[in-house]
Amino acid sequence: MSSVSLQNLEISYGNVAIVKSLDLTIQDGEFLVLLGPSGCGKSTLLSAIGGLVDVSGGRILFNDKDVTWADPKDRGIGMVFQSYALYPTMSVERNLSFGLRIAGIDRATIDKKVKWAAELLQITHLLDRKPSALSGGQRQRVAIGRALVRDADIFLFDEPLSNLDAKLRAELRLEIKKLHKTLKSTMIYVTHDQIEALTLADRIAVMKDGIIQQLDTPLNVYNKPANEFVGSFLGSPAMNKVEGQLVADGDRLVFTAGDFRLDASHYPFAQKVEGGRKAVLGLRPEHILPAKGDAQAIEGKVSLIEPMGSSILAWSNFDGVSLSHLVGQDDGCEADRTFPVTIDVQKASFFDVETGWRL
Amino acid sequence: MMSQAKSANASKRPLTYQEVWGRIGIYTFLGLLALFFLLPLYVMLVTSFKSMDEVRLGLIFSLPQHFSLDAWVKAWTSACTGLDCTGLQVGFGNSVKILVPSVVFSILFGALNGYALSFWKVKGANVLFACLLLGSFVPYQVFIYPLVRFYAQTGIYGSLPAIVITHIIFGMPVMTLLFRNYYSGLPVELFKAARIDGAGFWKIFISIVLPMSVPIAIVAVIMQVTAIWNDFLLGLVFAGRDNLPMTVQLNNIVNTTTGERAYNVNMAATVLTSLVPLTVYLVSGRWFVRGIASGAVKG
Repeated sequence: MSSVSLQNLEISYGNVAIVKSLDLTIQDGEFLVLLGPSGCGKSTLLSAIGGLVDVSGGRILFNDKDVTWADPKDRGIGMVFQSYALYPTMSVERNLSFGLRIAGIDRATIDKKVKWAAELLQITHLLDRKPSALSGGQRQRVAIGRALVRDADIFLFDEPLSNLDAKLRAELRLEIKKLHKTLKSTMIYVTHDQIEALTLADRIAVMKDGIIQQLDTPLNVYNKPANEFVGSFLGSPAMNKVEGQLVADGDRLVFTAGDFRLDASHYPFAQKVEGGRKAVLGLRPEHILPAKGDAQAIEGKVSLIEPMGSSILAWSNFDGVSLSHLVGQDDGCEADRTFPVTIDVQKASFFDVETGWRL
Repeated sequence: MMSQAKSANASKRPLTYQEVWGRIGIYTFLGLLALFFLLPLYVMLVTSFKSMDEVRLGLIFSLPQHFSLDAWVKAWTSACTGLDCTGLQVGFGNSVKILVPSVVFSILFGALNGYALSFWKVKGANVLFACLLLGSFVPYQVFIYPLVRFYAQTGIYGSLPAIVITHIIFGMPVMTLLFRNYYSGLPVELFKAARIDGAGFWKIFISIVLPMSVPIAIVAVIMQVTAIWNDFLLGLVFAGRDNLPMTVQLNNIVNTTTGERAYNVNMAATVLTSLVPLTVYLVSGRWFVRGIASGAVKG
């Protein structure tokens, strides 16, 4: 059991700063996901927590103990890599027990631990095989097992599911979630896959250019993105973005973009916004709902529909603004027809045009 | 692989008239080239099985009329180098004594260097590597005099250790390059995982990296065995009178200036000397090709 605290952490390769003065505290037993596009420094940050990359400034604390310069093996961590990184010349059993054998633990204890981990991950029947005789999913199970047998307090996952196909990915995702529930260890998980982040995390840290953009629960990160980047990085199909202006109309604020108008008086602004402020409207497709005889319904001309199985993604033109929105299969939405919708402005997001931060 | 080849075969389109003639031309040309390169070996073999009377007839391409192994026996047991008539077997023994430690240690050091350079990002690793590479481009001759002086100072000049150390040093740049390129194709996560498992520099090298190095080690063995066995210059200069390798002895046998030249014995001695690298090539041709293409090959 361990909490992790990063204080003013800096990591750079040569003159290139990868992570810039980063502060982050991870609670004991928390599942934290570092989410971001490739090159945002999330994997480097994870490696630094694991002791595989030297930091150029700041401190790393595990349980208030400074481990900034501790050797990886002394940190009480287990790590799982995207490329599995199994030792190819050793059997699964020897892969699992390698660390324990180095630590000089007695044979009986090693056998017990390997057996426990293998049963937990359902790989008991694979113990005598070489990694090359395993499928991708099995290999990643073994790699997770290798972290398990070490009795790690903190588990580090570096995009563990990125090499697997969609079905296996969903399966192992569930497995990891179960594992976290069983072990109650602190887990730090790096991914660029938003579904993994949303399903697994207690909290998500969305990163870009070595800086954490938002650190919050999955729901908050999804519903109330802190800035334009977070809003568009999460969500599939992607968030609609419309650039326009917030104008005062009597005592209400109205968002306008050309002929397009949206009443913003019910939007929970985080700060006081004056009329005339330029803003970007962020609207998720599921927050534009088919109108069922509502008064505030607006008509759009459907230009294209994309059936997605459970629902249909429609692209419609509303007074010169093209928006994608989700409709049900039976809502009768067809291309080149008009379709009435209502926009749930409470769930929309407004961002500042200049800074991109949420208003 | 097999099934692929099969399916390609099944759907193969028949060759056109022009293509058939093209193939015939190519194979004729290749066949002639092969014959041309095999010709010296043929002459050597048939000559070595002839008696001197037959050799004097001058028909170098004809098969021996009376097949005889005398020349081979003589070359191996009693051919003379100067006053010493003990045959090539002495040189063979010396060559083996030089070969085994030189090959083993140059490969071990090469692997170790390659491992350290590609996995442990030592400060100045690139400069170090560049220096090593440069070393493989400097001609041997430049080193000879300084090395002779150095060995003379340390008192090991003209001994087995002197020649073995020389081979190890000269083998290092190429061996390091070979292993470094091979290791840089291995995923670095492997190394990270081992560090988290608590393995140190030597543990990772011995338990993980070395067992994975078998394919490239075979290539290295082929390269080093061939190079060290065929060496003449270094053996002549550094090995000393008692440890002269087979190549030097062969030269002494073939280049005697007194008496009649025993061509049949010379031929047999030459074939005997080249037997080791020849066997290595024949047995491991597949691996050798793989080694040339190494870097592109991952185990």
